[in-house]
Amino acid sequence: MAPDDQIFGNYLIVSKARVGLQTQSEGEPLDTLILSRIQFGANISFHILFPTITIALGWALLFFRLRFNATGERKWMDVYVFWVKIFALSFAMGVVSGITMSFQFGTNWPGFMETVGNVAGPLLAYEVMTAFFLEAVFLGIMLFGASRVKPWVHTLATFLVAFGTTMSAFWILVLNSWMHTPQGYELRDGIVHATDWFAIIFNPSMPYRLVHMLLASGLTVAFLVAGISALRLLWGDRAESVKTTLRFGIITGAALIPLQILAGDFHGLNTLEHQPAKVAAMEGNWETGPNIPLLLFAVPDGDARQNNFEIGVPSGASIILKHKPSGVVPGLNDFVAEDGTALHPPVAPVFYSFRIMVGTGMAMLVLSWGGLYLLRRYGAGDMPTVPLVGFAAMSFSGWIATLAGWYTTEIGRQPWLVQGVLSTKDAVSDVPAGMVMGTLIGYLAIYAALTIAYISVITYLARKASRGEPLSTRRYPRSGEAEVAVIPGE
Amino acid sequence: METFGDPAVWLPWTFAALMGLSILIYVILDGFDLGVGLLMPLADDAEKDLLVASIGPFWDANETWLVLAIGLLLVAFPPAHGIILTALYFPVFVMLVGLILRGVSFEFRAKAPIAQKPRWNLAFFLGSLLAAMSQGFMLGMYVMGLTWTVSHVAFALLTAVFLTVGYSFIGAAWLIAKTGGDLQARAVGWARGGIWGLIFGIGGISLATPFVSPRIFDKWFSLPEFFYLSPMPLLSLALVGYLWWQIRHLPRPDDRRAWGPFAAAMALFTLAFGGMAYSFYPYVVPEQITIYDAAAAPESLSIILIGTLFVLPAILGYTALSYYIFRGKATELRYD
Repeated sequence: MAPDDQIFGNYLIVSKARVGLQTQSEGEPLDTLILSRIQFGANISFHILFPTITIALGWALLFFRLRFNATGERKWMDVYVFWVKIFALSFAMGVVSGITMSFQFGTNWPGFMETVGNVAGPLLAYEVMTAFFLEAVFLGIMLFGASRVKPWVHTLATFLVAFGTTMSAFWILVLNSWMHTPQGYELRDGIVHATDWFAIIFNPSMPYRLVHMLLASGLTVAFLVAGISALRLLWGDRAESVKTTLRFGIITGAALIPLQILAGDFHGLNTLEHQPAKVAAMEGNWETGPNIPLLLFAVPDGDARQNNFEIGVPSGASIILKHKPSGVVPGLNDFVAEDGTALHPPVAPVFYSFRIMVGTGMAMLVLSWGGLYLLRRYGAGDMPTVPLVGFAAMSFSGWIATLAGWYTTEIGRQPWLVQGVLSTKDAVSDVPAGMVMGTLIGYLAIYAALTIAYISVITYLARKASRGEPLSTRRYPRSGEAEVAVIPGE
Repeated sequence: METFGDPAVWLPWTFAALMGLSILIYVILDGFDLGVGLLMPLADDAEKDLLVASIGPFWDANETWLVLAIGLLLVAFPPAHGIILTALYFPVFVMLVGLILRGVSFEFRAKAPIAQKPRWNLAFFLGSLLAAMSQGFMLGMYVMGLTWTVSHVAFALLTAVFLTVGYSFIGAAWLIAKTGGDLQARAVGWARGGIWGLIFGIGGISLATPFVSPRIFDKWFSLPEFFYLSPMPLLSLALVGYLWWQIRHLPRPDDRRAWGPFAAAMALFTLAFGGMAYSFYPYVVPEQITIYDAAAAPESLSIILIGTLFVLPAILGYTALSYYIFRGKATELRYD
């Protein structure tokens, strides 16, 4: 803590000079800063779409494979072969965009590793070593090895890929959580040195963020599976495997969404404790006080420091965050330096992102529980058209909720890169703004093209499958049965 | 840990060695699959599928060595990571675009509607080309000390072309081993062209490096080092001679020595890489920052090293398993 810093409640207000906000109005560094932030934001937004699918889809595939091993029913292998293609496609997209990010640490944010490399480095190294290689190597066997290895080896490969993607998520969320709630370190000459790895790994926000993200992945896959299956039913595909995956998607979604709402609530309370400015921005609350309403909608104005239009539930935010109407909720005006510089995140993006996330979650709740009722009433094969259209439309709703959630938490950490340790501005490279702009345009063009190609190819695969073309002509041995297929290349 | 001497000395050394090993494995493994991508336009439509099938189960893991190499640079030598990557900002961007295009084309070419397949084949080739060219360019810039002058850029453009042709050679060598019949015979022909990339690339860098700094010159040309080191260039020449002779006589009856060119190419890449490592040691940023100056804190390096000792053998083990499972001549890729 520097001499100019002051304690506010249990929260440290760090001197403005240390955050480096005063120099933000200089010309070139700001341009490079803003452009680098947009570039990294675009990159990570594109990247997260695919791990969000592969983390949970890996486990879903293991489930399909195990169901086949147990029952020997053909439909489970049809399900596996269809969804493993989407897994392969998503995995490739995740790999290439992930490689891009590992380079951008160096090309755009050299200050990040120079300052906190002693903590971030080992965490990233463990991710590469314990997760990347595991998933990358066994992916080859999982995708193309079904005819070359024994069924149990193929099942094991599927498990190891799912395990690898989850381990990858674990290490990344450890590092990300540490950036929000750093502990277990000390500063020597302005460089972070690790002192307690247990404290670093199990930092206060890690368990909440990890659970929240894993459930987000589960929901994304549940709605993707349900949505694509609904689409195939709408196209007249009556295959047993399609009805099975519609049931699987709806039941998984309905089971996970209440858990996610609960996990999100706990995560919010954890954020209130450690990053109150972020919660103030999420709630759009300017003045600290009791009986703070839960704003359903408002138009926050960062310059005027007020909301222009509000629709709210009286005392709602106080009840959610403090569990009583008189609970005191922190306000943004507490996080302002003496000269008026804001030490809190920009309000509008955090406020809106949070509402998009919660709104999407509510739509998921209604649809999946409604779907559950319709499943009981009509069965998967005779589901009425309207809810099927609803599920098809919500195929990628998990993406929207996940992105909105990440924007809430990451923009909510600003102006910090590592809360209280390193400001975003101090980590950016001195690459000329024009160069960053050029590469940004290049990346955006590629990401847009690939996202369109990805969605259209998934739709194409679904349509092709709906036309009844057989997914596989091979006879599958169950786990434990003798291999009967001719092994090519032997 | 005292028994090993000063951790501030041996830890950076160990990590430099690990990083070097990762880069070498990457260059060989992704070298061959980038090389196969470079050969795509030369193959007809049926052969294209077989080309992709020969690398399909491996490419993803191959590329992970790049992530490990850049990760080790990032975690073990953070200041060097920043300097090198900001100096190479644009070629890194070009490489990443190439790797993105190539990686997704693997999937899209097989899953998109058939009418779009030529487009994704083209993207696969262009991605491989951009990645190979930019890696060769970065290699040249690194040798020249990461400064952007006209002569350095010109040299880097030459190494870009040579490394690309060199990759196409190791790609062709892989196809000689993994395919048969007409395609194998054509791969031998491709290797006959590609070998020039190896000769000019390795030759050019070997001749240029000693003149980059007097320090490197002295490392090679002072006595008695000159004699101790002479087996390296002599062995390289012998390997080039062996390759030259092999690709005149392949394919042989019963497919004998089909693995010869690939094995010799691996040995040649290893020798060339060893020579470069010897030249630049102890610098991680050429002639500017040593591995000892750039190293992260010993306590952080130790915790990575402990994990590495357990995990790296496992990685090598299951990588070998994957190559074993997909041994033999490449066949059509099937998900079922």
